[in-house]
Amino acid sequence: MNHWPFIVAAYALTIAGTLGVTGWAWASMRRAERLADQLRRDR
Amino acid sequence: MHGYANPARFLKVARPLTAWFGWGGALLIAVGMIAGLFLTPPDYLQGESVRIMYVHVPAAWLGMGGWTGIAIASLMQLVWRHPLSGVAARAIAVPGALFTALCLITGSIWGRPTWGTWWEWDGRMTSMLVLLFLYFGYVALANASEEKGSVSRVTAIFGLVGAINIPIINRSVVWWNSLHQGPSITLKGSTIDSSILWPLGLTTLGFSLLFGAIVLMRMRASLAEIRVEARLKRMAEA
Repeated sequence: MNHWPFIVAAYALTIAGTLGVTGWAWASMRRAERLADQLRRDR
Repeated sequence: MHGYANPARFLKVARPLTAWFGWGGALLIAVGMIAGLFLTPPDYLQGESVRIMYVHVPAAWLGMGGWTGIAIASLMQLVWRHPLSGVAARAIAVPGALFTALCLITGSIWGRPTWGTWWEWDGRMTSMLVLLFLYFGYVALANASEEKGSVSRVTAIFGLVGAINIPIINRSVVWWNSLHQGPSITLKGSTIDSSILWPLGLTTLGFSLLFGAIVLMRMRASLAEIRVEARLKRMAEA
């Protein structure tokens, strides 16, 4: 049995999942901090 | 630890640490993955499929480590009422669940060419699946909490009680006759040959650092949302 399709699938899912949660965390942080800074400036 | 109860002091440290952990982790993961895929030899027994270990083991480590972090934060919330402990526990839950799911999926993908089956209801896999369900329950409870950005006492108790599953996962391959192999890396050493082992250290450290960066980013988002809500409330009252 050729193992490489299994290896590629495992790595692809890990990379996709990790990038997804990292990007989501980063976007949420940027959005929330930008809004907080904007409200502080508008005070 | 109580020195960082002040969010402003915490953020002063968290901002530079987020970038260091994130980029440092990404670099180590990239080097470890390239080494694991192209530089190490295949295992004499498992063949090429051993390369899945370089992503599977860090995912398992972070799934279990994530819940350990939740349990410690829950204890700090219940005993010392540390104001950031609930924020930290909540920030850990989603990435912890993701890495637990990745551990189960990559383990299943590895099992097909190695064991001849995608799944076996043995102690290790079943207890890891229970951990994933515990994470789902924790996320649902945390989202139901009224505390903005933090978690309720019930959620903290759930986080603490759920930690019982962590030693069960760890000892499952010793307590029960399991299809999963016994512990390969212990405090006494490793049964894995060093020619195969070394990239595992890089990916494990790399994923751990990146996990730290993700948790810090989620904590910073929660703290900013709390600030926004407090300011909007003050503006509405004025």
